[in-house]
Amino acid sequence: MGLSRRTLLTAGMAASALPLLPAWAQPSPLRVPQPRYGGRIRVAAMSSSTADTTDPAKGALSTDYIRHHMLYSGLTEYGVDLRPRLALAETIESRDQIHWRVKLRPGIRFHDGKLLHAEDVVYSLMRHQNPAIGSKVRPIASQLAEARATGPLDLTITLTGPNVDLPSMLAASHFLIIAAGTTDFSRPNGTGPYRIKSFVPGVSTIVTRNDDFWKPGKPYLDEIELIGIPDEVSRVNALLSRDVHLIVAVNPRSMRRIKESGTHDLLETSSGLYTNLIMRRDGGITGNPDFVLGMKYLFDRELVKRALFRGSAQIANDHPIPPFHPFYRADLPQRAFDLDRAKYHFAKAGVGRSPLSIYASPAAEGSVDMGSVLQEYGARAGLNLAVNRVPADGYWSTHWMKHPLSFGNTNPRPTADLVFSLFYKSTAAWNETGWKNERFDQLLLEARATADDSLRGQMYGEMQEIVRDQGGTAIPVFINMTDGYDNRLKGLYPVPVGGLMGYAFAEHVWWED
Amino acid sequence: MSAASPATGQSGTTFLLTLIVRRLASGLLTLFLVALVVFIVSGLLPGDAAQEMLGQSATPEAVAALRQQMGLDQPASIRFVRWLAGLLGGDPGFSMVANMPVADIIASRLPNSLILAGLSTLVAVPMALTIGIASALRQGGRLDRALNTATLSMVAVPEFLIATIAVLIFAVELRWLPSIALVPASGTFLDLLRALAMPVLSLSVIVVAQMARMTRAAIIAQLGLPYVEMARLKGVAPARLVLVHVLPNAIAPIVNAMALSLSYLLGGAVIVETIFNYPGLASLMVNAVTSRDMPLLQACAMIFCGAYLLLVLVADIVAILANPRLRNR
Repeated sequence: MGLSRRTLLTAGMAASALPLLPAWAQPSPLRVPQPRYGGRIRVAAMSSSTADTTDPAKGALSTDYIRHHMLYSGLTEYGVDLRPRLALAETIESRDQIHWRVKLRPGIRFHDGKLLHAEDVVYSLMRHQNPAIGSKVRPIASQLAEARATGPLDLTITLTGPNVDLPSMLAASHFLIIAAGTTDFSRPNGTGPYRIKSFVPGVSTIVTRNDDFWKPGKPYLDEIELIGIPDEVSRVNALLSRDVHLIVAVNPRSMRRIKESGTHDLLETSSGLYTNLIMRRDGGITGNPDFVLGMKYLFDRELVKRALFRGSAQIANDHPIPPFHPFYRADLPQRAFDLDRAKYHFAKAGVGRSPLSIYASPAAEGSVDMGSVLQEYGARAGLNLAVNRVPADGYWSTHWMKHPLSFGNTNPRPTADLVFSLFYKSTAAWNETGWKNERFDQLLLEARATADDSLRGQMYGEMQEIVRDQGGTAIPVFINMTDGYDNRLKGLYPVPVGGLMGYAFAEHVWWED
Repeated sequence: MSAASPATGQSGTTFLLTLIVRRLASGLLTLFLVALVVFIVSGLLPGDAAQEMLGQSATPEAVAALRQQMGLDQPASIRFVRWLAGLLGGDPGFSMVANMPVADIIASRLPNSLILAGLSTLVAVPMALTIGIASALRQGGRLDRALNTATLSMVAVPEFLIATIAVLIFAVELRWLPSIALVPASGTFLDLLRALAMPVLSLSVIVVAQMARMTRAAIIAQLGLPYVEMARLKGVAPARLVLVHVLPNAIAPIVNAMALSLSYLLGGAVIVETIFNYPGLASLMVNAVTSRDMPLLQACAMIFCGAYLLLVLVADIVAILANPRLRNR
């Protein structure tokens, strides 16, 4: 087991020199003949409201990420293996993981004809620090101490502390590059594969092919219309009636309808998306290590995978690193459903008969059903659980992390460092369980500064073990992301940072009628 | 409000004008109270626009910065007064979430809602009248019972079921009609009709049933009265009897039922708008609630409330004009 992991790691990139492959040199997992040019498709995302934005920093939902990837490009982008590839950047180098030198690809033009300059990158990266922008990634961007242009195509980025994962971080849609000085996003100006044709928040986004796109030969489609259909049944109906050609977030219940249609198919992406039970350290009995272990044994992971997600999920081991991740520790024993052990731990923790409330909500996918399953099994293990179902509206600000027992839902993060830093570091704003583990915090900082992949693998491996055994979070499964598409749409393949090829499908797909 | 009740002997026109002025004045008061209630109640909802916008990623400092930018750091009373002052000056404010004037957002959605409500009215009203009159004339007969069963089951079936089944049949299976109501900007009137066929059908089904039943009840109430018998004895033809003699007397409750149904078409279309993904006002208001976008929410509430008051006023006026006894007071 250990050997295969080692091999995988050494095959990875050496961070100090970053010999990243250019994006288009990446072997496509689909052996497809010549893509065709032309055609117009309509894509339906999950939501669309007046909060829709063309400002990458404000991207909140998949609809925004898709729109931003159509209009803009980043310094780097994600490959199928979760490792970053170079995009607008020609090289990204660092010796100490603190000072980074970036060289931009020459001759790239914005949609308005302006040449890409290092100042544009500096502006795009540093604006996240301004609280008035309302950037979604401000906590992450606070690692950027300084960015400075040293030439028309050269810049240096200085971090507040070492972080090997900077190239991965910069591939997120929020860090896509906009023109320096942009404050008005009504006519978005990027270097992406498509130009804006019309944008009406809450209604639709229409983009047309950017003939000057910097990736040779791409994109293939003439026009894409992006709309939002919040109701899942309507979305699937729209796909099957051929009113739209690509939809995100297919519910497990609808999968059969799409698969059996003969004209449509599913794109299933394994992801790091999970819904977890949060047991607060400061919540009384929920802070008791025996209670926590008992709850972890109470999860029937196979049942959750089979019944809640119709098999479209992967079993998790109470830590946030999914099995396909380069730093996943495969030799860590899998925790399984064990009613006797749960009973033993609950007795040891001294749970009484007084009811314990679990807060569940449709906002955290699958949490209401998970709560019901726990309630059922809990009764058999001498635990009196009461599921408090609360509306999705306002869940994150009023209930999440605010009760001794509540559910959370975490979107996939591309690197182990990001998910650990955001949700498990003792000082993190979203340290969901309020735990504190010094060894964990120390390993987190060390791993950031470690360029050697196998050493980092060992550190992340130990951290997975610490979270699994001592953390106050129970993670039963990683939920697959499933999209549906019209068979005439070609070129789609899963990229595990999110649905629809990490939301960047627009430049890769073509239409064969 | 302080206007004295019209003295007997005043001409009908004066009476009508006084009524309209009084209604408008009390309407304004109602609007103000509704605005106040909506403002207070939405303030009780958990979270504000800044928190909803940042969602899961709301850190205290980020929320504070955004609140300041949105003006949410001001006390609620000041925000309300400012909003009210703006509205009186003709400016409904600035959407905190969409970052554009509320007037612009409403301007892009209101026509959609009006088109949908208008087309539904054109379909629903004649249908309701026909069904109501036909079943009243054949009271107790086979036609009446069939129509009764049909309208009752239409009232009982929820609109989302009707809409979803219609989509499955006409869009997914037959592919005659689009499953979502996308109105292309360059589309012809025929495209519009095709796109809106199913939403209009689903909405009509709901309101037709209510209006038809009210019509039937109102006409039946009249049919038993002596003047109808007199007219029959004089040999008035059935069609003339209903249209000329009965309908003017039955119009008040019918128009009232219609006013209620039509105001539903504007503000209550949210389910139909959701299923067909139609960019109307009702779903905009739901958006505004979930994102806690107060100025937008207030504007939508004002429009729906105003439309409702206006429709009820029109119904009353029609009732007065149709009734010679009221008209000539």
